[in-house]
Amino acid sequence: MLLQSNTAGSVGSFAQIGVSMSFTTRGFSGRRREENPRLPPGQTLFEDWPVLTAGPTPRVDAADWELTLRDETGTDHRWDWDGLLALGVEDVTVDIHCVTHWTKLDMAWRGVSLDKLFEDVETEHEFVMAHSYGGYTTNVPLEDLLDGKAWIATEAEGEPLDPEHGGPARLLVPHLYFWKSAKWIRSLTMTADNEPGFWEQNGYHLYGDPWKEERYW
Amino acid sequence: MSTPSGTRLGRSRPRAAWHLATVADVRPETPTAVRLTLEVPGWPGSEAGAHLDLRLTAPDGYQASRSYSIASSTPEGDVVLAVDELPDGEVSPFLVHEVRSGDQLEVHGPLGSFFVWRPGESDRPVQLVAGGSGVVPLYAIAAAHGASGDTAPLRLLYSVRRPDDVFFADELAALDGPAFALDVVYTRQAPDGWTAPVGRLDKAALAASTIPASQRPRVYVCGSTRFVETIAGWLQELGHSPTDIRTERFGGL
Amino acid sequence: MATRLDGNALAGALSEVFREDVTAARARCIGCGGVSPIGGAVVYPDAPGLVARCASCDQVLATIVDAGDRVFLSLSGMSTIELRR
Repeated sequence: MLLQSNTAGSVGSFAQIGVSMSFTTRGFSGRRREENPRLPPGQTLFEDWPVLTAGPTPRVDAADWELTLRDETGTDHRWDWDGLLALGVEDVTVDIHCVTHWTKLDMAWRGVSLDKLFEDVETEHEFVMAHSYGGYTTNVPLEDLLDGKAWIATEAEGEPLDPEHGGPARLLVPHLYFWKSAKWIRSLTMTADNEPGFWEQNGYHLYGDPWKEERYW
Repeated sequence: MSTPSGTRLGRSRPRAAWHLATVADVRPETPTAVRLTLEVPGWPGSEAGAHLDLRLTAPDGYQASRSYSIASSTPEGDVVLAVDELPDGEVSPFLVHEVRSGDQLEVHGPLGSFFVWRPGESDRPVQLVAGGSGVVPLYAIAAAHGASGDTAPLRLLYSVRRPDDVFFADELAALDGPAFALDVVYTRQAPDGWTAPVGRLDKAALAASTIPASQRPRVYVCGSTRFVETIAGWLQELGHSPTDIRTERFGGL
Repeated sequence: MATRLDGNALAGALSEVFREDVTAARARCIGCGGVSPIGGAVVYPDAPGLVARCASCDQVLATIVDAGDRVFLSLSGMSTIELRR
């Protein structure tokens, strides 16, 4: 898994919590790893906020942004930027846990609760596929998006979301690993089955509970 | 200083494997970089331009790996790297400041068969373009070219901040010969008496100090992601075919 | 700007799967149909896995997820890989 990019004569990088080996390199300790009851297993506390991306960063102006929620009847519920914000913006402070082993505590976010988006949506389907500008997908059970557990986030730490962090708007599902919090959110599609999204197809866990360390298949 | 070698006869190339390496020598390369010589029993040698993955293991089992281009290596197991410090890095500061002779680490390699140069493979001229520490695999290619007596012209354009930041300064100077040309662009500060302009490469300077597209050179570009993408874009605008340009981005901006 | 590397950076991970280095092998992209060396792909390393995309059309060619005791390799964006004997 990948923690950071590297410069300086390096052509790539990754770091991992490996299986314990008898071999060690004298004097090497790596990033400081501390105990903290708020850290899920295998996580390391980070102060900064790494940018993870699986592809080019889409540039979407809020003025052109649109969110579509499609139910099983094929009915589209649409919100433009002002329409989204008109649903009511709330402030939340949550911890986020990236599957690449970093955790960032007490992040201040602003966004619209998914409960507001689903207020007028009748659906029998129990799963949601999130689609992003740029083509990324991730699957989340509907019940994990409702009852105050998920938001369409537009601001983080007092600033509008930077495109590198998913701006203008991203999904925020902080109780699951952060790959579920799809950047550049574009649509939510109801599905009958729990179909895998991008990382879920390529080795990552279908659900992704950090406290159960559900990282991989 | 050993020369790059290790290309075996026929099609079989040095096979990648994990090896235990012992640090044999550490010396300053530039004010921010070190030259590391590793002793790697079983190392099969490497082709010029190849890299390896270097892995460090902490006492609690935590591991960190990074890829580094190989400056030179021999089938006898001497592997030379030049590592520039990334200030916020986890591995490069350790290698630049902490590591000393006798220390052990693990390497996986040699790796890569695309961004490599092989003697006698083509009569076409070769153009190398290096940004900063991206010179490491291109130095390996230039040295292999010199050692092989390959007569295809080879030209290295090396963009570097200051004279102190030049990697392999003595070795590059010693490569001077009829089939090798070195062009250095200083982006911040030039040596005393330097008459060429100081500052970032631009398209015109790139055109003026590289083999023209009309001669169909095989081009290798290595540097930061931004450097490589800028140079590769200009080279295409100058008429070089994308299939003639091989790139190695080492990340960063 | 997101960090991008070259397909060269896949060599270490792919060497665990393939007998010979395949970064010089050519592959056909299912997106644009173009045929080009894997080493010429664009690799996004700052992600939960390595993501290699077609340099021409951005189609995801391959992903490699390092799970410690396992590696997950997807080559779903390459319809064919040419391997030299």
